[in-house]
Amino acid sequence: MFRILKQSFRTGVVTEAVPAHDDAELERLGIEVRRHIDARFGGSLAIRQVDAGSCNGCELEIHALNNPFYDVERFGIHFVASPRHADLLLVTGPVSRHMETALRRTWRATPSPKFVIAAGTCACDGGEIGVSYASCGALENVIPVDVKIPGCPPAPIDLLKGLLGAFQIDP
Amino acid sequence: MSRFDWLSEFLARLDHDRPIPRQADADVLAPARRLDLAAEDWGAAGRIAAAMGLRHAGVWADPLGDRPSESPQESGSEIEGSAIRVQACLERDGDYLILQTLVLQTRPVLDSHTPLFPGVDRLERHARDLTGVRFHGHPDERRWTRHQAWSTDDFPLRTDFPIEGRSTRRTPADVDYPFARIQGSGVYEIPVGPVHAGIIEPGHFRFQAAGEDVLSLEERLGYVHRGIEKLAVGRDPQGLMRLAARVSGDSTVAYAWAAAQAMERAAGCAPPPRAMSLRALLAERERIANHLGDIGAICNDVGFAFAHVQCARLREQWQRRSAALFGHRLMMDTLLPGGVAHDLSETDFRELRLDHAALQKAIAPLFDIIDDHPSLDDRLIGTGILAQADARALGCTGYVGKASGLAFDVRRDSPYAPYDQVRVEVPEETAGDVAARVRVRMKEVRASLWMLDRLLDALPEGEIAAPFPSPQQGAMGLGLIEGWRGEILCVVRFAAEGRIARYFPRDPSWFTWPALERLIHGNIVPDFPVCNKSVNGSYAGVDL
Repeated sequence: MFRILKQSFRTGVVTEAVPAHDDAELERLGIEVRRHIDARFGGSLAIRQVDAGSCNGCELEIHALNNPFYDVERFGIHFVASPRHADLLLVTGPVSRHMETALRRTWRATPSPKFVIAAGTCACDGGEIGVSYASCGALENVIPVDVKIPGCPPAPIDLLKGLLGAFQIDP
Repeated sequence: MSRFDWLSEFLARLDHDRPIPRQADADVLAPARRLDLAAEDWGAAGRIAAAMGLRHAGVWADPLGDRPSESPQESGSEIEGSAIRVQACLERDGDYLILQTLVLQTRPVLDSHTPLFPGVDRLERHARDLTGVRFHGHPDERRWTRHQAWSTDDFPLRTDFPIEGRSTRRTPADVDYPFARIQGSGVYEIPVGPVHAGIIEPGHFRFQAAGEDVLSLEERLGYVHRGIEKLAVGRDPQGLMRLAARVSGDSTVAYAWAAAQAMERAAGCAPPPRAMSLRALLAERERIANHLGDIGAICNDVGFAFAHVQCARLREQWQRRSAALFGHRLMMDTLLPGGVAHDLSETDFRELRLDHAALQKAIAPLFDIIDDHPSLDDRLIGTGILAQADARALGCTGYVGKASGLAFDVRRDSPYAPYDQVRVEVPEETAGDVAARVRVRMKEVRASLWMLDRLLDALPEGEIAAPFPSPQQGAMGLGLIEGWRGEILCVVRFAAEGRIARYFPRDPSWFTWPALERLIHGNIVPDFPVCNKSVNGSYAGVDL
């Protein structure tokens, strides 16, 4: 117990100790996101992440949104386990044909008003994979997309910027 | 002990089975030996390999199309029309043997190796779904990689199959896949996926349970099949590097290295020593980043958030340094055929050293806690035990094998530059439980950190890339890299004008996914996430 307390105490709160420009940008984006989330979703945005055919690179960076440097939960953004609890689908990967129906069903299971973000170059335009016998390519070939966040994979800070974009458009 | 001291016995036993002249050639797929077999010897070769305790490192098929085979002395020289070349890889003591045979595309039947090597079950089914090779005596007739995107008589990797496919209609869900069911009083079924509850890749798990106890687990993967192998066909070497870097994004460096190594061996290209050291630097950084993330996630799965947050913090710092020095947080696209993309300046090296020292200091108290904490011990020790016999039967490598007493590591046992110049510590545990896999990963982080500094100490001067010559038509190359999950195997065959004719990467997860089905026995359903995370098989790496 003492070891844990000592380690936590010595580590401190890294959320505020990020490099200056990162910090400023993050705070600005975060606060802006917060305003939009407050206006539309009563202070809480529930995200369901769906991997529709990604290489797992995007997932690693989406995970990073929850690390103590970005800590998206402080902005009221949290990841939920079911599309039925979600306001927003954050979808990665080109849509593999084997995931096509599962993705459509996930989209249908998400209550309106709902947003869809295509995260990563593959979801935005098909990326290296494109359209083939195994892949439907870009996410918009399968479900309607509100915002695209390119990047292979998009860095956590880009994902946060994209979330902001999601709230500047009307549902 | 000399290299390949078991090979003569292997050949002698084959000869005893059916005496015809056979020669294992050492050049075509170096460092492996390649042995051409008649199709009817395929089963016997598998039986002898099993009897001699060889590890089966995978099987794959290569539809050659209408063109006759490149070398007239190949075993099936009498074969006319379209042929499919099937290759399998065996290993013992760090020496690799590639078995090779040809079958007719119109009658593509071979004896299955699965009855003796259960680890290749899904690899054989993958080969059947994509090329049509049928493995006689395979205990499982069900499809594996194929769901409903193409029909049962279509084989995407055959040359006559168009890459865009034959149907543009919506692809229905693969609802009628026949899972094995357990009947009995109080036995119930839990279907999970393909869309999982966390931020992870898609796949389906079917549990048969009674109360809290898991009676059996069956995996159904293939959801992220993106047609990687078909997409590779016709690419140039740079194009293949981009694709290889995206087979499994968490292992982007290892996959890129494996593809580069295979292409360089096929082309007879020797990257400069500095490039090799820089590649190792990237690969060890990738290993550390993934282990840090997973150690934290395993702790999180048993409610120990402290370690999760601490490890996530260290991983983020590590990734930011990777972005600053190598231009990418995951170090994607940092390798080229013939070398690496970026050199490092003197300042960068000093920063790296400081970075290594800082992580070393940071993990000491943290790993000390994770290694010995009552609430973790309570949940991790004795959970998800993979017996050594199971790990061996399936051919597990990486931390899954090492935690069950199989201390194999390509970097040490079949070393490639620069690991032939640096001591590779291979941790070994025997308990085989989740705790042992965590300990192996912690030891690997420490060993890689130590190795990173040794690589910097001995960093050769000079160029960072060599010109990549256009390989001859038909040239083949084998890549063998120790990724953070274990041994990654990769084969490349070139067509005319330096284009890729065949690319097959074999992830270590082909063998650890079935290990998960075994180690979950006797555990409770709520412990599945931590067991799964401790193995952390790649979905994208096996769905391809």
